[in-house]
Amino acid sequence: MTISLPALPLPSTINPWVAAAMIAAVVLTSTTGEVLTAAAMKSIGDLDVIRAHSGLKGAIRAVLTSPLFFAGVFFLALAFFSLLFALNHLNLSLVGPASASLTLVTNAVAGKIFLKENVDRRRWASAVLVCVGVYLLAH
Amino acid sequence: MPKHSLSPRQYLILGLVAISAPLGDSCLSRGMAAMPPITLAHPVSLIAAVFTPWIALGIALLIGFFASYLTALSWADLTFVLPATAFGYVIIALLARFWLHEAISLERWAGILLITLGVGFVAQGPSLTQRPAADAEESAEREPAVPEVETR
Repeated sequence: MTISLPALPLPSTINPWVAAAMIAAVVLTSTTGEVLTAAAMKSIGDLDVIRAHSGLKGAIRAVLTSPLFFAGVFFLALAFFSLLFALNHLNLSLVGPASASLTLVTNAVAGKIFLKENVDRRRWASAVLVCVGVYLLAH
Repeated sequence: MPKHSLSPRQYLILGLVAISAPLGDSCLSRGMAAMPPITLAHPVSLIAAVFTPWIALGIALLIGFFASYLTALSWADLTFVLPATAFGYVIIALLARFWLHEAISLERWAGILLITLGVGFVAQGPSLTQRPAADAEESAEREPAVPEVETR
């Protein structure tokens, strides 16, 4: 796994809309992957309980026999490759923080809509704070 | 009021989620930076890279991350686990500051503060969305000793 960054200091030749589309692709695929993975783990049930009942092998089997889990991993892999693709055209200092922080907010939205998680004011505030924080820290 | 009833073991797993991802990434980055440039024309060199110490350690940490992340998702909400994961960046930044004596800009300190605040917010709330159907049996199964005050 090697990431070759463009030699140019700033990819000024890239249309900002194209750059936004590349980042959006990373954010959307990773959100889809995270939500599917989370749904898979919720449908499997508490892994600690499963492990207590049927051992580590039983827990691994429970995960590896879930189609939802593989759908999630597929999208996470897709997110990884779209990140590599974006890094080939854009700078790491833009793509890294932008995708990491935006994903937190899209996950809060997707978690509320698709996983029916109770995203209350506290969780919204936390998603936004961590989003801005990750951007500042990774930038 | 729903409270979160995480066991020490579950806190340990959240801690592993937070710390293993950024540590694993750093190991991979350190290992790959030490390698000669790899091109797609010689994919075999990538396989050789897997067996160098830093990259092997990075992969082991990331496997550990994924296992503990999946475990956490099996008993906590996605919107609870993700801010916890982000807290790992703070730990790494502080390690870099006090262990490796790297300078941290004002901007990064602001980022550390915001992430810490955000994680503090989410940690005060429930870790799992209460679902009426599964609720009764689950709390009975998990904590038979603790008398739950039902508000519903």
